[in-house]
Amino acid sequence: MEIMQSEATAIQFHDVQYRLAEGRVLLEGINLEVRSGETLMLLGRSGSGKTTCLKMINRLVEPTRGEISIQGRPLSKWDPIRLRRCIGYAIQDVGLFPHYSVRENVGLIPKLEKWERDRIDARVDEVLALVGLPGNEFAQRFPHQLSGGQRQRVGLARALAAEPPILLMDEPFGALDPITRAELQMEFQKLQQKLQKTVVFVTHDVGEALLLGDRIGLMEAGQLRGVYGKEEFLRSADESVRAYVDVFRAGQQIFRG
Amino acid sequence: MNFILTHRREVAMLTAEHLWLVAISMLIAIAVGVPLGILLTRRPRLKALVLGSTNVIQTIPSLALFGLLLPLPWLGARADRLAIVALALYALLPVVRNTFVGIAGVSAPVREAAVAMGLTQSQLLWMVELPLASPVILAGVRTAAVITIGVATIAAAIGAGGLGEFIFRGIAMVDNGVILAGALPAAAMALIADASLGALEKLLVRWRH
Repeated sequence: MEIMQSEATAIQFHDVQYRLAEGRVLLEGINLEVRSGETLMLLGRSGSGKTTCLKMINRLVEPTRGEISIQGRPLSKWDPIRLRRCIGYAIQDVGLFPHYSVRENVGLIPKLEKWERDRIDARVDEVLALVGLPGNEFAQRFPHQLSGGQRQRVGLARALAAEPPILLMDEPFGALDPITRAELQMEFQKLQQKLQKTVVFVTHDVGEALLLGDRIGLMEAGQLRGVYGKEEFLRSADESVRAYVDVFRAGQQIFRG
Repeated sequence: MNFILTHRREVAMLTAEHLWLVAISMLIAIAVGVPLGILLTRRPRLKALVLGSTNVIQTIPSLALFGLLLPLPWLGARADRLAIVALALYALLPVVRNTFVGIAGVSAPVREAAVAMGLTQSQLLWMVELPLASPVILAGVRTAAVITIGVATIAAAIGAGGLGEFIFRGIAMVDNGVILAGALPAAAMALIADASLGALEKLLVRWRH
């Protein structure tokens, strides 16, 4: 793997801007540092630019100004294909290949990376077990034979299959029912404790951000309002942060009755 | 029916000729149409031009198209050559259109995931887009095949042979038996082509959306 886990800073945004061809600016002056092994949550409303930020990391979107580096090496110096194979990607709609079985979906990148057949099979079973899907029961199924939660688990397994040190997640649990979502959040938490990947996780759910994140970056109207530790976030006097914290506390109040 | 039975050899020969005209022109239509359809998904600007012109070709009455191509130097020299080119032109629209529609219909998250996972453009095409579009492309080929089998009967008007020989002869002789000797095998051929391509379509799709 070309990306090493040792350095402290995994991903760095330096004064990044993204402007559409028609002139509208979607992101402006983004400076952000993601540390190796941490889970950084990008929290914000729809249209705040968090997904665009995420997609810049694996070069699905190219900045119109500024620079992003991974492990100190500017993205422009990375071959996009090599880069993407070292970065896991999980999205809300999952995007499983409907014509491939679970095994083929999960083993695709290892196969393209020319792993030995036995190693691929072993790895597929390993990551499926990791996301709570026993291979002997699920590996031969097709995506249409899975529930929404199972599909998302397969998506996660696929993202982890080639052992990428970095994981990008775009509201992966957003479309699930509340119970399945809570289950997957808990399992992701356990998984992350074990694997220590560098994770950038986009969400609009402040509860999810506080549950899963080591730090929270708050996005607002195309700008990064700030990056906060959890305690810091809960105590912040910043009015944008307060709005989220109030929503969170109101939700907890309801739970307590 | 009597005529068919007494002229079995001739029926078989003209059926073979008909099949040959259809097969060659379909092969050309697929060889040109599928890459053209793929090109349209990569260069959307060409879409109006290409789909427009293949559409226009289809609106030309087939008899007129055969006639219009007749004076062209290389084409007009041999009737079967001309017929094959005209038939291929007719078959082009469903093949191009369905290739384009099939690939454009691959869902956005599937495409996004494929690119984000690090598939190259050609891997995206061969491993994701074409397999997922294949039922739609095949449906286009099926439509084109049925059309071509029918239109190919008219190729006899310019002397390219095929089952149209019987039909034109029957009309001239005002003899339904002779007309049917051309029409029945052509209809059977269309039904068989439709059914077998349909079966192939089912065989290819082991998934559901």
